[in-house]
Amino acid sequence: MRSASPTHFHMHNAIENSDNYAALSSPEAITAGLGGVGYISTAEISMAVFLANKLRKPVLIEGPAGVGKTDLARSLARFLDVPLARLQCYEGLDEGKALYEWKYGKQLLYTQILKDRLNDVLGDGDLESLTNQLRTFEDLFFSREFLEPRPLLTAMQQAAGSVLLIDEVDKSDEAFEAFLLEVLSDYQVTVPEIGTISAKVPPIVVLTSNAVRELGDALKRRCLHLFIGFPEAARERDIVAARVPEVETRLLAQIVAFVQALREEDLRKRPSISETVDWARALTLLHVDALGEQTVRQTLNVLLKYEADIESVGPRLGPLARAAKATEGAG
Amino acid sequence: MSATRTLTNFIRALRSADVAVSPAESIDAASALAIVGYTDKMALKTALRPALAKSVDEDAAFDRLFDLYFSRQSNMPDEPASSLENTGETPPNDAPETLIELIRSGDESAIETALERAGQAAGTQDIRFSTQTAYYAQQMLKEMGVEQLEAALLERLQARTPESEAEAGEMIDARREMLRRARAHVERQFDVFGTGATQAFREDFLSKKPINALDRADYARMRALVEKVAKRLATKHSRRRRKRSVGKLDVRRTLRTNAGLGGVPFHLHWKEKVRERAKLVVICDVSNSVARYVRFLLLLAHSLGDAVDDLRAFAFSARLGEITDLLDTEGFEGTMETILRTYGMGSTDYGQALSDLTVHYANAIDRRTTIIILGDGRSNHGDPRIDLFRAIATRSKRMIWLSPEPQSMWGTGDSELPRFRPHCHAMGQVSTLNDLERTLDRVLASYQ
Repeated sequence: MRSASPTHFHMHNAIENSDNYAALSSPEAITAGLGGVGYISTAEISMAVFLANKLRKPVLIEGPAGVGKTDLARSLARFLDVPLARLQCYEGLDEGKALYEWKYGKQLLYTQILKDRLNDVLGDGDLESLTNQLRTFEDLFFSREFLEPRPLLTAMQQAAGSVLLIDEVDKSDEAFEAFLLEVLSDYQVTVPEIGTISAKVPPIVVLTSNAVRELGDALKRRCLHLFIGFPEAARERDIVAARVPEVETRLLAQIVAFVQALREEDLRKRPSISETVDWARALTLLHVDALGEQTVRQTLNVLLKYEADIESVGPRLGPLARAAKATEGAG
Repeated sequence: MSATRTLTNFIRALRSADVAVSPAESIDAASALAIVGYTDKMALKTALRPALAKSVDEDAAFDRLFDLYFSRQSNMPDEPASSLENTGETPPNDAPETLIELIRSGDESAIETALERAGQAAGTQDIRFSTQTAYYAQQMLKEMGVEQLEAALLERLQARTPESEAEAGEMIDARREMLRRARAHVERQFDVFGTGATQAFREDFLSKKPINALDRADYARMRALVEKVAKRLATKHSRRRRKRSVGKLDVRRTLRTNAGLGGVPFHLHWKEKVRERAKLVVICDVSNSVARYVRFLLLLAHSLGDAVDDLRAFAFSARLGEITDLLDTEGFEGTMETILRTYGMGSTDYGQALSDLTVHYANAIDRRTTIIILGDGRSNHGDPRIDLFRAIATRSKRMIWLSPEPQSMWGTGDSELPRFRPHCHAMGQVSTLNDLERTLDRVLASYQ
């Protein structure tokens, strides 16, 4: 090792701010806590959340739709018992929608009402004294009273902390991404008329992305990265059981085995956990007690959302259903 | 090895495998390490991954390297085996006996430690190509004092007594054994630090190699490379850019949003330009001379995915037909065979092809369409129907001609390129994958 590394590590700031969310004391505690509110976590997920809190970093979650990315943030807020501030991103989202907005209507209304009283307040005088008098009032209309907080500001203002969910960040545009970087780097925002508002307790920030477009490198590098893929059979059974408690164990095993096998097929859109849950619910409502080819064929549109997928899988349904039926409540 | 050094070396390995770890991320990783510690390797892996790997591809590289790197005990800090280094510098073995004794002792951890130190001194982590293995193994032996051993060996051989011969034999065995182990060590280092670099080199080489000089063995690798290029282009061009709101006031929207404010226009809305998305029509001459290029152009265009709104592809030699649907089927090699079998027969006739396009597929081309023609423009002395070509070019947004032949050949023999040229926005030679990438990059950029 002759060449020296350019990187120097400072470890001291890693451990200092761990008391904000006492419940996030260890990955195991997180797994248990999330389990308590019905979210079945994995070692990877819990570790990412744990580090996000310890290192004060946002977590960027990528993965196919419907595997529980958004749900993680929601469950986290429930588990920690703090408010969830959710910012849904879309093309054209700007600071006004994300951070704060002045309550123009209220400002206008107040000015209208006060117009008549203006003479009494200001009284007579020359132009200069009147202007000086006015200046003492000008902060009145640009105070917190007239500030409409949007999700980012809301999250910063929570005294007990919060979970800030920035959903589908890949749908926003680059300008907004740059703006986010600034906010997330020091958890404070500046409102020119009021000053800088910094978070009393930094929120736990969760960003999700469905890979509509590749995110900017800067944002990715600033975040901890977590990929949530399709779950393993055991975890999927746990998740479905947590969501649809009335489903029978034997049927549950068959459902999960079938969906797992279906994901191996060549599909345009593979079914994700939310589809499995819907399907389990549908089958329970239909009082199905074991998977059969006929049942599967009739309810397949719950799992597959493209006509082409349903068609291409059609001939293979029989064998798939039989194989799934052969699964007896393993695990 | 110290904890910090273990991590920095691991990060070096990641970087060599195309995972761009920034200094800030190294700090994150160090913090994660400080929290989690080394004792639980699984926990360490799950803790370092989110800090260092930032995409699915990087996750895969991370997992591979983590397993390789941390599987070796010597890379773990605070192991008894590495205590030597922590106690300070012990000079490299200066007595030849030490090397032999080391082998004789059969003390695995001592041997591993010695190899590790020699490897560091020889700089094995700088290895980039597997052909360097022998060189680095020799360097390691040198660091371990093999020269003294060889000198001693010579002495023994010159003494010519039975015992000295026996000793010499043992020395030769020791040397061979150490060389074998040094090689194994270097090979492991190559797995961690070198494979990424080798691959990058290979890809760089392939993308600059003329397409007609590629052989079948290159195709599989080229295919992966084309997909990489396509991803790069798609990333660059599918980024959404908001059109700057220069233009006219959108009176309707402005009035509507401000109705609640007594019609006082606090919020202004501007009419925004609709951003066009790329529409490509690729027309390929699939006669023998051009077919190789067609393969990669089609593959690249097809892999662009979201960056292109609409892609239609046509192939011809004599008659022209649409092959868009064929591209969607799995198994690109098979698709190419089908295309060549269906359209590749017969002698090239540009006039016929252009007339087929005009008659049957006129609706494929509008003012948003960029047409890319890949062909050598050799029409076997038939009428190239420049009139049709001009009409098509006028209707389209851009007409780009790619020729596999160098410019010096344009217009020689039956080549009609100079007659097509005035009606094209651009005409150029394409011979490598780099050329294809540059062309498509420009086409996509014209839609921004």
